[in-house]
Amino acid sequence: MAKSNFLTGASRRSILQQFGAAAVGISFAGGLSACGGGGGGPTVNFYNWDTYIGPTTLDDFQAASGTSVNMSLFATNDELFARLRAGNPGFDVIVPSNEFVTRMSQAQMIQELDHSKIPNMANLLPEFREASFDPGRRYSMPYTWLVLGIGYNKEAVRAKGLTVPDSWKYLFDDATFNQRIALLSESADLIRLSAKYLGHSVNEIPPAMLTQIEQMLIRQKPRVKQFHSDNGQDLLASGEVDIVLEYNGDIAQLMAGEGGDKFDFVVPKEGTLINSDCLCIPTGAPNVDGAHAFINYLLDAEAGKNITTEILYPTPNGAARDLMPDSYKNNTVIFPSADLMAKSEYGAFEGDEKSRQYEEIFTRISAA
Amino acid sequence: MEQTWRQAKAAFAAIAVPPIAWLFLFFLVPLAVVWGYSLGENTGPITIDVTGTFANYMRAVEPLYLEIFGKSLIIAGLTTILCLIIGFPVAMAIAFASPKTKAWLLLLIMLPFWTNLLIRTFALIAVLRENGYVNGILEWMWTNASGVMVLVGLQPLGDFEPLTLLYNNTAVVIGLVYVHLPFMVLPLYSALDRMDRSLMEASLDLGAGHLRTIWSVVAPLAAPGIASGVLITFIPALGAYLTPDLLGGTDSQMIANVIERQFKRANDWPFGAALSFLLMYLTFIAIAVQAFVQRKSERRG
Repeated sequence: MAKSNFLTGASRRSILQQFGAAAVGISFAGGLSACGGGGGGPTVNFYNWDTYIGPTTLDDFQAASGTSVNMSLFATNDELFARLRAGNPGFDVIVPSNEFVTRMSQAQMIQELDHSKIPNMANLLPEFREASFDPGRRYSMPYTWLVLGIGYNKEAVRAKGLTVPDSWKYLFDDATFNQRIALLSESADLIRLSAKYLGHSVNEIPPAMLTQIEQMLIRQKPRVKQFHSDNGQDLLASGEVDIVLEYNGDIAQLMAGEGGDKFDFVVPKEGTLINSDCLCIPTGAPNVDGAHAFINYLLDAEAGKNITTEILYPTPNGAARDLMPDSYKNNTVIFPSADLMAKSEYGAFEGDEKSRQYEEIFTRISAA
Repeated sequence: MEQTWRQAKAAFAAIAVPPIAWLFLFFLVPLAVVWGYSLGENTGPITIDVTGTFANYMRAVEPLYLEIFGKSLIIAGLTTILCLIIGFPVAMAIAFASPKTKAWLLLLIMLPFWTNLLIRTFALIAVLRENGYVNGILEWMWTNASGVMVLVGLQPLGDFEPLTLLYNNTAVVIGLVYVHLPFMVLPLYSALDRMDRSLMEASLDLGAGHLRTIWSVVAPLAAPGIASGVLITFIPALGAYLTPDLLGGTDSQMIANVIERQFKRANDWPFGAALSFLLMYLTFIAIAVQAFVQRKSERRG
């Protein structure tokens, strides 16, 4: 998932992600002991995505509470998970996405939150106070959310006699954009969205349908140019492909840049996958009270507005959203229509066996 | 007077112990842990029991994965052959250059190492993509050719169609050759540089042509250099994952990409470990072949 400025600035994420992959061997868990600077006061160790916080948020929190925040960065959920797999190296607050909230809570890698210490939970939009991936919000507070959809080159789509490629068909089951398609190389996302296209939920896909999806994607593969590692916006911008499976954030960013009016984004009519990045406290956190106070602060209306103004991601914080300008609130790329949102779902974590099965299906599709 | 290590045990120990301890602690121990994982089972999202099961290896030798191994071997083999074909003349040229030029040429060969592999790969993307430099130059030539044809009264050429150079297996091989060429050139150069020139002169004097001399005199004498160049090109090419990931198309999956996904998205370390060890066994075989070639050529020399 891209964690770069939503509407401004250049994305460093795809490079950072590859660096992250290359540098796994040298990212030792040391260094945290040096945190907190010379202040000597209480600290919170915050493990966050890159460019995913307001410019003054951490200082403001320190001014308000006396607790300093030491932030480190990760690039993918896999990296976050691998880092905490062998035990918490000293983080107090982490930001996993929805599926990983379930996976980490099942593995007891994150601890239950004390809602009485997070009164700002009342600022959340009602639909985010409850979550299928974390019933009762026992382990997580929502920080941002985003959806997958189709980013496209308007002119190329018009040249094919279409106005909007508003179905997953064009990505998964159609030759219109032969060799001008790029798909995200995430097995679970591909399989789940294919199921959505076939009229099923993104969850609990029956085995027969998995076989059907595998055959459909193998059939589609020769028409696909690349399985990209979340750099679909670059492929679109460089004219390498005409339609691409990407997050709304990445395409919105492309559209806001120079020459961005050539591109647009659509959430297909079948509905899509929603992702949500959540604030959690890992097991073994040194400063649990500080972590709660920090999470509560991030859900504050004014603090949330400052963060959203900087990162311009969809916010689940209703109070913060109310403080944002109309150019943000009415952006249809950032906020797909209520009708489409109603058709969309979170991908549930259905156990490691399922992820392995999806992975093997993807390996078979790639090898076919 | 020459001393053997037996005569200076303390000095030998002082020099040898740190690297051996380093190798043991940071290479052999982690490797043993991974080997243990390859014989283990997942018992939860973050727990692995080493049960001594061969299930992971059984799965790793299923046709699906063997085919991917086979494909990786072919791509790595092709890369190595191309590196040898391109690298041999380059190494010859460097070995026979004047000492001053030689230093500059060697510097040029090593220059890419000063830049991160990822940056170089992204640079290659900028060169090869449809709006990249190669297609840019071709389009410029096409348009000019078209203009010239109009000038001489012929029909202009049609619209320029950019070549698809990226996101296919060819791009992967181009990328791998580009990255691994220095690994081939340097050992070849050091073998050719040490060679006794008088043997070549003798060959030429006795009537052999240049090609015949290279084939019958230079190549056999440089065989150990060729073998080690082939080896240190082939092994990293076999385990390449960044290049197929970034330059490859939907057909370019190599075994290292599959291994990476086991450790990350699939969260299946035992299976990933088993695949890694299969890859290592292949590497051992390659090293054994190299040692065999070396010994054979030494015996001949």
